[in-house]
Amino acid sequence: MEKTLAEKTSAAPVSGQSKDLMGAEILVKALLAENVKYVWGYPGGAVLYIYDAIFKQDNFKHVLVRHEQAAVHAADGYARATGDVGVALVTSGPGVTNAITGIATAYMDSIPMVIITGQVPTHAIGLDAFQECDTVGITRPIVKHNFLVSDVRDLAMVMKKAFHIARSGRPGPVVVDIPKDVSFKKTPYEGYPADVQMRSYNPVRKGHGGQIRKALQLLMSAKRPYIYTGGGVLLGNASQELRTLVDMLGYPCTNTLMGLGAYPASSPKFLGMLGMHGTIEANNAMQHCDVLLAVGARFDDRVIGNPKHFAQNERKIIHIDIDPSSISKRVKVDVPIVGDVKDVLVEMIDMIKESAQKPDAKALAGWWETIEGWRSRDCLKYDRANQTVIKPQFVIETLHNMTKGTDTYITSDVGQHQMWAAQYYGFDEPRRWINSGGLGTMGVGIPYAMGIKLAKPDSEVFCVTGEGSVQMCIQELSTCLQYNTPIKILALNNRYLGMVRQWQEVEYESRYSHSYMDALPNFVKLAEAYGHVGMLIERPQDVEPALREARKLKDRTVFLDIRTDPLENVFPMVQAGKGITEMLLGSEDL
Amino acid sequence: MKHIISLMLENEPGALSRVVGLFSARGYNIESLTVAPTEDLSLSRMTIQTHGSDDVIEQITKHLNRLIEVVKVVDLTEGAYTERELMLVKVRAVGKEREEMKRMADIFRGRIIDVTEKSYTLELTGDVSKNDAFLEAIDRSAILETVRTGACGIGRGERILRV
Repeated sequence: MEKTLAEKTSAAPVSGQSKDLMGAEILVKALLAENVKYVWGYPGGAVLYIYDAIFKQDNFKHVLVRHEQAAVHAADGYARATGDVGVALVTSGPGVTNAITGIATAYMDSIPMVIITGQVPTHAIGLDAFQECDTVGITRPIVKHNFLVSDVRDLAMVMKKAFHIARSGRPGPVVVDIPKDVSFKKTPYEGYPADVQMRSYNPVRKGHGGQIRKALQLLMSAKRPYIYTGGGVLLGNASQELRTLVDMLGYPCTNTLMGLGAYPASSPKFLGMLGMHGTIEANNAMQHCDVLLAVGARFDDRVIGNPKHFAQNERKIIHIDIDPSSISKRVKVDVPIVGDVKDVLVEMIDMIKESAQKPDAKALAGWWETIEGWRSRDCLKYDRANQTVIKPQFVIETLHNMTKGTDTYITSDVGQHQMWAAQYYGFDEPRRWINSGGLGTMGVGIPYAMGIKLAKPDSEVFCVTGEGSVQMCIQELSTCLQYNTPIKILALNNRYLGMVRQWQEVEYESRYSHSYMDALPNFVKLAEAYGHVGMLIERPQDVEPALREARKLKDRTVFLDIRTDPLENVFPMVQAGKGITEMLLGSEDL
Repeated sequence: MKHIISLMLENEPGALSRVVGLFSARGYNIESLTVAPTEDLSLSRMTIQTHGSDDVIEQITKHLNRLIEVVKVVDLTEGAYTERELMLVKVRAVGKEREEMKRMADIFRGRIIDVTEKSYTLELTGDVSKNDAFLEAIDRSAILETVRTGACGIGRGERILRV
């Protein structure tokens, strides 16, 4: 017979002072102890005791979404922007299955989250009860860890572990599945555990000193160095350290889609985003560098393209990552450093300060000259002066010019608009660019924005989206009104599922199979129906005035239906399976 | 190349499915898998026999280590180790075959653990290749049923895996 966790770790004897609490009350106390301020959720039969306990407290705010997927996305967006653990609460069965897309999205981008799911009562588990599903089984491959709480005495410790696991090491979502009877039963409550010890889970923090020294040797002797960083720098709150390191060395730097903002886009040392839609200079430097420092990035297929092509040029690779399984997964690494990126970068900076060795200035000057040659090709140029049709890039540039240096968050959905936002909005600060990079989930934009706006009421939050993506979670416009989270939605409406259409143009001889959307709703009226403001923008000269007007409506959610060039493509583009320097630069290359 | 990976994991419901799920999700092979609690009932010891290139095996051990309930992982094939597998084989044994089967079992140091008029059930232990060899050595048509535990392995001498 399997012992319960409570029996195994019955450290604290039941004292006379303890009070009997219901599972639901213990859960609420756990959330309070973890300093949770917001929970996004949707009630249902299996979580009614929990909702009853929530009703009786006012320590955290609960946001009732319109679809469970959005509850997880909103909590995820909040976590991305603030660095805190995002919390969502859904009921059993369909509540869980609706939440799956959100959980998988957070998992692919390593976002710290705790998702609390209701479950049918323990005696009904396995009997195909109403709204039953095997939550632990369904979520297993898309979570960092999950728990089924089968005994109310375990609940406090499970919550402690869930938060600990979610936020430490390589962060990720943790699901806690709570059967209805567990939330109802009472047990003596001794207070929330102060700390947690797990013999099977002890993520490393400090990097290996010898490896760091070896890395420095390589970095200092480099002729064509390059610093490539990903989402790990943001998750590890190491942007400041990265900036210090890059500026000390004077080396060129690039960020992945997930890493934008870690190094300021406005700095000349920044070569732009790299990868499938990266700049010429960022991709060429990746291919031609002789020493590559990778920090919190994972060499994924959208970043290095074909690994065989990438391996054609010889280079030494240093890879700092908290997750050993990210190292040498797609490319062989010469100097692996497993550790918290912030700790490792601090140690590196200290060693450089003490070291007598200086970068090879002459070689570096030559390398920069090569890079400037690539940069001078201005690969992000487009028809800026067009007066007849709105270029999508122009919308993003205009938004950037108007909001530069202000307290602004940009969320996006997935597709062409996402790439244009990444390319043309120069992110200078970390955690300001919020998008689904790994899973590429359409529909995240509005929930992300409303999650952020709730936590950052004084910041401006823009959601850059398309007419396709936005319809995947558009019901959340209703939530935005109820909870007064006024966001600005820029829908780059080209009447096509643009990225699909672009691939069909490039790879399928322009057979636009099911990528055109007919019968779109009247978005202006739709926004109004939800109690918001709608605007239709059809001419380039109207873009800036419309944005100005929308920003003036501080307390209103505004939906800007911006009719953009239907056939515009995202360039540069590296086709799937090609090398990252084999770029298409414009329609003339098609 | 063949590898035998040993792991200690928390003896908790669902821990096994995490390990198996990892192998299927990432397309790794499992030739055999055995698991049982250790003398410390809070821990299970698992032996996985797999094959793959060095890169793949490196990823397997890293991903196993990443599972929250896994306490320790060792690739036994990286050093000296011994492995054993238990195999039960029910064979047809009538007339002359009875003597022949008995002799083959003796040669492979097997034991007959069940006897009927028409059949023997043999118990063999040894490494996986020895058990393979036995099945090769006897008349294939005589085999009625085979059940194997899969390999379980342990390091030699001072190589000790414990928590």
